[in-house]
Amino acid sequence: MSIDTLAQEHPGPHDVSHIRKVAMWVFLGSEVLFFGSLITTFLLYRTRIGDGPGAAEIFDIPFTSVSSFILLMSSLTMVMAHHSASRKDWRQMRVWLVATAMLGIVFLSGQVFEFTEFVEEGLTVSTSPFGSSFFVLTGVHGAHVAVGVLLLLATALMSFTGRLRDGEGMNVEIIGLYWHFVDVVWIVIFTVVYLMQV
Amino acid sequence: MLMATMTPTLEAPPAARRGVWGWLTTTDHKKIGILYGSSASVFFVVGGIEALLIRVQLATPNGEFLSADAYNQMFTMHATTMVFLVIMPAAAAFTNYFLPLLIGARDVAFPRLNALSYWVFLFGGLFLTVSFFLGGAPDGGWFGYAPLSTQVPEVVRMDYWALGLIIIGLASLLASVNFITTIFTMRAPGMTLMRMPVFAWMSLVVNFLLLFSLPIITVGLIQVFLDRNIGTLFFDAANGGDPILWQHLFWLFGHPEVYVLILPAMGIVSEVLPTFARKPLFGRSFVIFSGIAIGFMGFGVWAHHMFTSGLGPVAESAFALTTMFIAVPTGVKIFNWLGTIWGGSLRLNTSMLFSLGFIAMFVIGGLSGVTHAAAPADWQQHDTYYVVAHFHYVLVGGAIFGLISGLYYWWPKITGKLLDERLGKWHFWLMMIGFNLTFAPMHILGLNGMPRRTYRYPEGLGFEFWNAIATIGSFLIGVSMLVLFWNFYRTRRRGEIAGPDPWDGRTLEWSISSPPPEHNFDQIPVVEREDDFWHRKYRTAEDGTAIAIEPPPNMEFERDEDIHLPSPSFYPVLAAAGMFLVVMGLVYVPWGLIAVGAGAVTTLWGLFGWSMEPITREEH
Amino acid sequence: MTEDEATWRRNRRLLMLLVLAAMLVVSACAGTDRLGLESVVSDDIPQNSLNPAGPEARQIDDLWWLVFWIATAVFVVVEAALIYMVVRFRQRKGEDRQVKQVHGNTKLEIIWTILPAVLLTVIAIPTVATLLDLRSAPDPSDNALQIEVIGHQWWWEFSYPEYGFTTANELHIPAGRQVYLTMTSADVIHSFWVPQLAGKRDLVPGRETNLKIEADEPGLFLGQCAEFCGLAHADMRLRVFASTEAEFETWALAQAQPANLPAAGPAADGWETFSAVCASCHTIDGTSAGARLAPNLTHFASRTTFGSATFANEEQHLRQWLADPSSLKPMRPELNDLEVGRVLGMPKLGLTEDQIDGLIALLETLE
Repeated sequence: MSIDTLAQEHPGPHDVSHIRKVAMWVFLGSEVLFFGSLITTFLLYRTRIGDGPGAAEIFDIPFTSVSSFILLMSSLTMVMAHHSASRKDWRQMRVWLVATAMLGIVFLSGQVFEFTEFVEEGLTVSTSPFGSSFFVLTGVHGAHVAVGVLLLLATALMSFTGRLRDGEGMNVEIIGLYWHFVDVVWIVIFTVVYLMQV
Repeated sequence: MLMATMTPTLEAPPAARRGVWGWLTTTDHKKIGILYGSSASVFFVVGGIEALLIRVQLATPNGEFLSADAYNQMFTMHATTMVFLVIMPAAAAFTNYFLPLLIGARDVAFPRLNALSYWVFLFGGLFLTVSFFLGGAPDGGWFGYAPLSTQVPEVVRMDYWALGLIIIGLASLLASVNFITTIFTMRAPGMTLMRMPVFAWMSLVVNFLLLFSLPIITVGLIQVFLDRNIGTLFFDAANGGDPILWQHLFWLFGHPEVYVLILPAMGIVSEVLPTFARKPLFGRSFVIFSGIAIGFMGFGVWAHHMFTSGLGPVAESAFALTTMFIAVPTGVKIFNWLGTIWGGSLRLNTSMLFSLGFIAMFVIGGLSGVTHAAAPADWQQHDTYYVVAHFHYVLVGGAIFGLISGLYYWWPKITGKLLDERLGKWHFWLMMIGFNLTFAPMHILGLNGMPRRTYRYPEGLGFEFWNAIATIGSFLIGVSMLVLFWNFYRTRRRGEIAGPDPWDGRTLEWSISSPPPEHNFDQIPVVEREDDFWHRKYRTAEDGTAIAIEPPPNMEFERDEDIHLPSPSFYPVLAAAGMFLVVMGLVYVPWGLIAVGAGAVTTLWGLFGWSMEPITREEH
Repeated sequence: MTEDEATWRRNRRLLMLLVLAAMLVVSACAGTDRLGLESVVSDDIPQNSLNPAGPEARQIDDLWWLVFWIATAVFVVVEAALIYMVVRFRQRKGEDRQVKQVHGNTKLEIIWTILPAVLLTVIAIPTVATLLDLRSAPDPSDNALQIEVIGHQWWWEFSYPEYGFTTANELHIPAGRQVYLTMTSADVIHSFWVPQLAGKRDLVPGRETNLKIEADEPGLFLGQCAEFCGLAHADMRLRVFASTEAEFETWALAQAQPANLPAAGPAADGWETFSAVCASCHTIDGTSAGARLAPNLTHFASRTTFGSATFANEEQHLRQWLADPSSLKPMRPELNDLEVGRVLGMPKLGLTEDQIDGLIALLETLE
């Protein structure tokens, strides 16, 4: 193999898009273990309800199903945003980004509503290990969604003010990776926490 | 020896990059490496003083030099400091400085993220250390077993510990993402993974270990912090929580962490031995694959730290077996190092002595490790000085010896001056003798029944003699370190000029000037084989002996036209300072929330400014 | 002599001085034995894992020596090989020798992968066998004595359910008979360790753990908490007295008796103080004092030590303890919080000399 072909095969140091994508995948690998630990903690504690309410008493499955569906839909709009970005249709991309963020916000509002309900029904972080692990797991996921929303809105805004011309497509793709990941984690959480009750 | 003269390739850097401001805003991986190394040295002095105080207290029975309270802070902070603020950043220093040079890159993938990692680490270290002056340092052990660590929320010491480790962990996590990405995407043309130097390989394994283990302990630390501060019940046994959960989370991190500490040293030894034996690394691919195997198996042995916790006989047997068999890849490494020096021409300079010392001492640590793997035997050894002896053989005789070997090896590349060999040999022998005087007796103490983490022991148990010896040994180690620091100082002033390739090196960093130019390589090298630089200097005769190529290769290249170097940036240090405020405030909730707010704003400001500034500057 | 060498000599002298100074500092910091500890322990009754005095500890010891000798053999071979190679292949002064470039040898790699694996298998089989044996519940035919152990910061509570009494810090067992401990903790994690009788086992709050121990012969065996449990971890010691079956039976029946309170005299005054102050934490069976936050004192005078087997049970030490417990043993009573069940030691009670006299008189009657 000649040196020239070697040089061509190797992604050059300026292929920023490739580098950032690799980094995001690597980072998400770490996040898998992060949520894995939180979910494991929850599985250990899900029956330890002490004197407080248990899963069957407080979860409102239809409500959470709807908000889960909304979050799932936001992955679709995210795909649309990425699609527009790859066609360099920046206006359309911004619309989809904001739509994705809005769906995220709706999901978060649902979570806030749900948390208030649970607290009223007597489940707080210090009611039982079940309560502690439930709130910390879903709360940490919510924080991830919130970070995602901020990233989406910031990207849309920077695109709108024209501060982010060349890299737009690439940024959207990376945020998309993150966003899809957070969605997938929610599917796992929804299944394990809400649907698989014991 | 290759004596290609290097013309200075860089005009003097702009004034803005000099002085304190230059260091605060640097995004140059080499400068960041030096920052990591300097910080690790300072923390090494702190952790070393803590160790000496411990040894003075234990020199005699019923010691009264430290109170129990002070003693508990000392051993907690000694371990926390040495693990998180010395060995890890020292390894990060070498990785930062040399990883790009070894793989033929101009910098890491994300230079500003790299700076952020350093500053977050530094602020995390300072945060842990200032606790000494704010009501006492953490005192629940570096392993922070719940519920002891969650028992007294009104004493904030363990909040410092939990938050400190969270942000130091964050720094390491960011660094690991950065290094992994660098290795995957920034290698020079032709630098296939299997051609990468072994140190780069071990860095890759280490950073994967960090990537997958740090999130686990972070979850545990968050749970400890919340138990202490908002009344969650994760580890509250009276209300259904389970303290054993903490042990699983901690050791799922803690055991891979052991390999995080030792693998960089193994990488260094795998560079040093071939250079000074004038032979390639024996069984190179086996050394690499055993490193990978250790990385994988490292995630399957954690519960051997919990043989006395009550896991049940099946789990205990399983973990005893996995632990024993992790000795196999470790052994493979040792045999391959022996294979490397067999038939070589060994230059016994200080760097080489420390690498050979590494093998000699690490073997002892590895074998005593096998004695713990026999779980019933561990029921006697667990939490005694026997274990203290074991892991110091691994972490001092292993990790620290390896890192010091790397220091003598790479110091000329970093500073352009050779360290003094005579002082170096004094350093080695004093340290070798001091180390064995300190830690060999601890095997006996442990088997004789002396538990760890005890601030005093009564007379008459037979602990007196060996404790006195250990204390004398520890001061010898202290003296040996003074020799090292004296060597630094002296060499800076009148050390011998090293030249680009003082050791007849094998890897790419020796092909450029010492210290390297800011852009590392005038031309990105094109790599054709492993140990590429050596093969440019030598060919092998029919009988396999190396023959120098005459005339020596010209190592001067025309500068590439478009060299992009990262611009200096103030935002990483700003964002890191904000995080310091956040954790500081979290210790003193509720009124600390003001600091939390201010810190969060500062961090966001840093990140915002960061995303707005241009990334690279063109070099002329 | 060059200037360099002169500096060098000076430096060497400086080094020696530093080492000497370090040794002086160390000897100046030596502690003193003010606590009567020497009467509590001596070399004759070591706390030593290599002197097993019962079948469980012996089984572990046998395994240990097997592993030890295999490890030692490997150690000798590897270190000898290393030293031999360093000597043989070192580069002599002025020598500049190029050597044969050898990259590896697959056959060797296979050998030194398999050989350690074989050695480890030799260790693994007895390891698992010993483990399963020691972790099994006692055979009913062994008629094991059941004892319940609760770890506290920083003392041990021992209950004998068959006899219906509770004692602290000094465990009495019949020699030659298996003892089955069922253990838990009231606060943080502790670890029960009497090296001559068995390996250690953690006491975990919210969980039960078990340990089999047995002493071959009557005798005294020392142990201490082996899991870091806070401030006074070092002073959480325990003693195990093994005696003949008959002696044990006598002891146990006596311990099961309630205390007889004196009707008059200094000891009666002591009871006044006790019921007013001490009874909020301590128990004396057969009286109104029934709190279980601190050691049961029903038969305190029958114990050889106090303060978790750390101090000799002698008047001078008791006096100091009653006047200011933390001066003997580091504790944090200021952080006691009975609402959450957190007891971090005995507070300084501000007792008068008379009260202390009375309490000591009372304690001496509690045989």
